[in-house]
Amino acid sequence: MSYLTLENLHRDFGTVKALNGINIQIGEGEFLSLLGPSGCGKTTALRLVAGFDRPDAGRIVVDGRDITNVAPNKRDMGMVFQAYSLFPNLTARQNVEFGLRVRGKDRATRGSKAGELLELVGLGHAGDRFPHQLSGGMQQRVALARALAIEPRVLLLDEPLSALDAKVRVQLREEIRRIQLELGITTLYVTHDQEEALAISDHVAVMYGGVIEQMGTPSEMYTAPATPFVAEFIGTMNRLEGRVVDSTSGLVEHAGLRITIDAARGRQAGERVLVLIRPESLEVQAAGGNGDAGGNVLRADVITHTFLGPVTRVKLASGELSLTADMPPARASALPVGSSVVAHVPSEGVKLLQLGDDAPASVGLDPDNP
Amino acid sequence: MSGRRRLPLAWLATLPFFAYAIAFLFLPAFSVMVGAFQDKANHATFANIRLLFDHPYIDAYRTSIEISLVTALLGGALGLLVAYAAIREGTPGWIRSALTTFSGVAANFGGIPLAFAFIATIGPLGVLTTWLRNAGWDPTQHGFQLFSKLGVEIAYMYFQLPLMILVIAPAIDGLRKEWREAAANLGAKQWQFWRYVGVPVLMPSLLGAIILLFGNAFAAYATAYSLTAGTVNIVPILIGAYYTGNVLDNPHIAQALAFGMFVVLALMMVVYVPLQRRAARWAK
Amino acid sequence: MAPSAYVWLGLAAVYFLLPLYATLDFSLKENKAGVPCCTLHNYGWVIHNGDFWHTIKISFLLALETIVISLVLFVPTIYWVHLKLPRLRPVIAFMALIPFVVPPIVMVVGLLKVFAWTPGWFYGQPWGFLAAAYVILAFPYMYFSLDAGFRSIDVHTLTEASQSLGASWPTTLLKVIVPNIRTAALGASFLALAIVMGEFTIANLAAFHTFPIFLQYVNESQGFPAGALTLLSFLITWAAMLSLLLVGRKRGARGAVIAGAR
Repeated sequence: MSYLTLENLHRDFGTVKALNGINIQIGEGEFLSLLGPSGCGKTTALRLVAGFDRPDAGRIVVDGRDITNVAPNKRDMGMVFQAYSLFPNLTARQNVEFGLRVRGKDRATRGSKAGELLELVGLGHAGDRFPHQLSGGMQQRVALARALAIEPRVLLLDEPLSALDAKVRVQLREEIRRIQLELGITTLYVTHDQEEALAISDHVAVMYGGVIEQMGTPSEMYTAPATPFVAEFIGTMNRLEGRVVDSTSGLVEHAGLRITIDAARGRQAGERVLVLIRPESLEVQAAGGNGDAGGNVLRADVITHTFLGPVTRVKLASGELSLTADMPPARASALPVGSSVVAHVPSEGVKLLQLGDDAPASVGLDPDNP
Repeated sequence: MSGRRRLPLAWLATLPFFAYAIAFLFLPAFSVMVGAFQDKANHATFANIRLLFDHPYIDAYRTSIEISLVTALLGGALGLLVAYAAIREGTPGWIRSALTTFSGVAANFGGIPLAFAFIATIGPLGVLTTWLRNAGWDPTQHGFQLFSKLGVEIAYMYFQLPLMILVIAPAIDGLRKEWREAAANLGAKQWQFWRYVGVPVLMPSLLGAIILLFGNAFAAYATAYSLTAGTVNIVPILIGAYYTGNVLDNPHIAQALAFGMFVVLALMMVVYVPLQRRAARWAK
Repeated sequence: MAPSAYVWLGLAAVYFLLPLYATLDFSLKENKAGVPCCTLHNYGWVIHNGDFWHTIKISFLLALETIVISLVLFVPTIYWVHLKLPRLRPVIAFMALIPFVVPPIVMVVGLLKVFAWTPGWFYGQPWGFLAAAYVILAFPYMYFSLDAGFRSIDVHTLTEASQSLGASWPTTLLKVIVPNIRTAALGASFLALAIVMGEFTIANLAAFHTFPIFLQYVNESQGFPAGALTLLSFLITWAAMLSLLLVGRKRGARGAVIAGAR
């Protein structure tokens, strides 16, 4: 039973279709992230839910009640903005109390609630400071406390961590999730950072061009992307465009290279497909060993090493094909730049996307920097 | 001396500027202060200052302060409303540009030309006066006189209003959209936002702007002179009377009057500067 | 657009535009009773009036003199302060606030007293006494404008580059620095022009015959022709301020500028 439903939402700005029929259902207590690049419509959707904008078509339903035409100050939702939303003339405590004050709660109630929430976000000691005396991370914690003080039915967050330092971001996102689970509050979270979305959400909806490309659990999004865009946007992915050669064995041809993919079995011969291989699935060995034999083997040269901490990302070039492989740094040091290697493509576990005859295999995103 | 020779030389280059400022700014200002406390024989005395508290001098200060206060407060309130109307969401952008451009020009349309423009509008034969008269309600029959304190106030608004608009616009810009949205999201109505967040945040800029307007009106001379043919009793006119009409025979009285103006304006600056600093803090 | 916005903007428009219309209306009327409208007689009167051209020429030349003296005095000083004496900046900024506390009506009292003993070629001529006073009057506006201009360029790097190429101080100042603050200097000059063309207080008390003095004389004596004159004077101010805004737009200049007579 959906607690928060976005039903067929449309929003146009002049000739630009910011939202082109969005359908989302969030269960009570669930944490859903709207993930996508700038301009995909995720913030537009959030603002429609918050009431700062009206849809051109569609409905928004909360707990069975249609709130599409309800004013923003009557929707009983708590929103955390990207930045600068704390009232500068009020202390942290007064900011948190604000929602209670406009509801006419007495001083004692306000004080105790504010104190409770400031403790929850770890700022019990900083209640009397003004926003300009707080760091970015602390300000966003106060903003969260302020949104939660009114005990809203839904919690909305609009890229709350984008303006913060990387370390603070990771720390704060875990806290947001912890608090959300503790309070059991239905949450809609907007972000362009896919790692963030995958890390803390129950479900993720990837948006692009005003539509939802795919919605599912973080694990589903990562291992089974449903469209080329999602494949490009989430994580790093090796993409090989090819045609099915043999439907029984699952042979796929890509630029003269023939590999067997389990997922290609049963597909029509001649069909255009996109083979998706995660970097950690590619097995790379030095050339000249006994790994040279066998199917699904590519000869390549090592082009670059990028040390990422837990893994080293190795870029390989095989003719015109460029591949990325992740491996433990110790292994990577055995395969120096310029050396010849063989890369083995596993036949099971590799996903396949069907491409229409004229569908693009790539949306043009830089794979390492979406 | 050889080791420090470089420092004095650098200061030397600014000498022309400081010499000029001393000659034409500090010296005259200082001589006014000194002259205020001298009698005709150039002996020290408080007599001039004491005289300021007599009629008609004290009346002149009272009228000057009253006109300045009225036009500052009125200009402040109306300027805020007009500026907000032009800047707020929903108003097309060209209106704000037009208003700012016009304000920049109107703020300089003061003095003699402005006085005539108002004579042409609400003077005895003015365009508006004639319209009202033809419509059946004659302002002059109801005691309205352009050449009076009220007329001066109405005319002063023509440069006070634009000044307010120009000065308060950046402060209104500083009212972040997120604050209004957050307030609405937390359940506040419009007036609650203004009461708890909007006006408090604007207050330092508002007060600073009103003080600016006060000083602006207080020091004004040309408009009142032209509009009332020098008859309205305000301090600048009184000072001017010494030089143009030989009404006063003691130059030290004029200097005392000028000194009094300086005191009022200096008091204002003392309040204005810390206010500006406070306003800047919240603009972040 | 919100209904209250319509109300306030509408009222403002009426208040601002009505006097301008009224001036235009008066300027097209003659002193004879019963003549409704419209005649260019007043404009003709102005154009053919010798005093008009005489005083406008004086005011304009006075403005030029003020601008030249101001630029020659302020540009090198501000440059030097930015380059070598940054601690002086707050001092000069403070000095720029003084004319606010010592307005023209107060300043002229002091000026007339202090310079009463100076020779006639200074005290009795607008090119001496009045110009000197106007430089001080324009000082705050010129300072803030030029200072903003200097802040927007990297004074140190430009100077060092110029010197490393062998240029002397005057060359550096004239050929390197000045061209780069041209916009600010131009803006400041237009401001000074507006100030001088409209300044009445000092000119009146010191009994000089400038354009605003002529304006007032016509106001007192003529009536309808004053309308034509007022409109012309307004157009001059308008042209100066518009030039300032156009020049400033290139560099995105902001800030309130109230520079005329009041």
